[in-house]
Amino acid sequence: MKDKIRIASGQGFWGDLIEAPYYQVTKGQIDYLVMDYLAEVTMSILQKQKNKNPELGYAKDIPELMKRILPICKEKNIKVITNGGGVNPVACGKAIVKVAESLGVKGLKIGIVLGDDIKDSIEDLIAGGSYLKNMESGVCIASVKDKLLSANVYFGAFPIVQALQNGADIVITGRTTDTGLTLAPMIYEFGWKQNEYDLLSAGTIAGHILECGAQSTGGNFLGDWESIPNFAEIGFPICEAFPNGEFMITKHESLGGKVTVETVSEQLLYEIGNPEEYITPDCVADFTSIQVEQAGENRVRVFGIKGKPETEFYKVSCSYADGFSSSGSLTYSWPQALTKAKAADKILRKRLELLNLSFDEIRSEFVGYNSCHGPLAKELDEDLINEIQLRISVRSQDYHSVERFGKEIAPLILTGPPSVTGFAGGRPKPNEVVAFWPALLSKKLVEPRVEILEV
Amino acid sequence: MKIKLIDIAHGRSGDKGDAANVGIIAYDEKGYEIIEKHLTVERVKKHFEGICFGAVERFELPNLRALNFILHNTLGGGGTVSLKLDAQGKTLAAALLRMEINVQ
Repeated sequence: MKDKIRIASGQGFWGDLIEAPYYQVTKGQIDYLVMDYLAEVTMSILQKQKNKNPELGYAKDIPELMKRILPICKEKNIKVITNGGGVNPVACGKAIVKVAESLGVKGLKIGIVLGDDIKDSIEDLIAGGSYLKNMESGVCIASVKDKLLSANVYFGAFPIVQALQNGADIVITGRTTDTGLTLAPMIYEFGWKQNEYDLLSAGTIAGHILECGAQSTGGNFLGDWESIPNFAEIGFPICEAFPNGEFMITKHESLGGKVTVETVSEQLLYEIGNPEEYITPDCVADFTSIQVEQAGENRVRVFGIKGKPETEFYKVSCSYADGFSSSGSLTYSWPQALTKAKAADKILRKRLELLNLSFDEIRSEFVGYNSCHGPLAKELDEDLINEIQLRISVRSQDYHSVERFGKEIAPLILTGPPSVTGFAGGRPKPNEVVAFWPALLSKKLVEPRVEILEV
Repeated sequence: MKIKLIDIAHGRSGDKGDAANVGIIAYDEKGYEIIEKHLTVERVKKHFEGICFGAVERFELPNLRALNFILHNTLGGGGTVSLKLDAQGKTLAAALLRMEINVQ
């Protein structure tokens, strides 16, 4: 058994810094590169791509990235774990096989985790008495099943562990928890058991710190953000994990960013609910047990973590089509920028009313004034305001109404208040609104599967 | 004496469906005593009037000198449905740090 492993975060979401994983594998020694590509909305986008072309449905950045890092990972013995397989992890695995063949890399095993996609079994599940009730409203999923775009169970770390035990150098999953990507190598390397809940919780919390990339190394830091060095080459977090569940958060020395108790604490608080019950498929971690201390420059020691047994349910995330939305904007300059933007908003709303269009919501925001903090924004002497962007958005089940809204923005330039500009992008088009349906499903009803592709 | 919350604490916010989570972290123990005492559910709910339209939940993490607030019915329907520019509540931690507190 190893006495320490270094797990590096390479991506906090699909769209994150493309250079980050390359830096992680080249700027110092690591054992694992873990990459989270899946936000909730990503699954529905990938499902749409797969519907058009059965060879798609995964994060297309992955084969591109593999072209750059595969030989390096092979040489330095770095394993890669990612949930970027999306709704088609097999196709993602095959794309990596192609990359490996074109580079002449041999002796590579790619583990694929399958079974999270339950979209085609929804009817059977309902028939069998699993109603996948919305966790917020309590309504049965039958009410939206005709509009479903995707439906996936969140798997935890153990299917990845199985892939590693089968010799995988790269593990591609579909909907796996972000935290499971980091926990899995600890379970695999240190031989942690399924009922060692303090240890599993420690690895889960390490995963929470890594899952948003540079958000734990100075990115989006709301403390003294100007003290963060070299944002341009910010180092993503690295977790040095130990068999007893303690770990150290750090980064490659030569890169920018900063690892302090403050930067790590902000990430610990990010998107959590009840801190005593951070529920994952692997365990229920207790964030009130976490101890953090500065152990050196850019080194934060995390220890003392406690946890409880996992629940008997998987979380399920379903997405469904829920109408259309669109957003347009115009910019008004001094003098009276805010007054003019507000007048334009009134005129536009009156026109929409006269057209008898149907909207579920119309929202107007005055960017540069109150779009972020609403009523908390300070009143300003209007003479000090240089410019204001009016951003107006609509949402409706009726496509025609949203499309027509898009044609009503530009006319304001010649038919409304003066000194207006900023309409270069053309008419805003209706976007399909994707809504989410969070639910629970008994773990007995879904079985993860692992396949291995070999090069 | 009136102090600004932003001088004694920092934080981070994000989305959980239609709810926002706002984590506030004090820079030191004294700061934690202040936020623990003054950042009540009622005070935070009032601060976010016109932004948060549901219940406010508060959780304490004394180990991190932090409080976590869940603001329900805040994000205009949640991440992908919301028409808000800040659909994920990313700027709400800064909004809470605007608060001023009277301390002895």
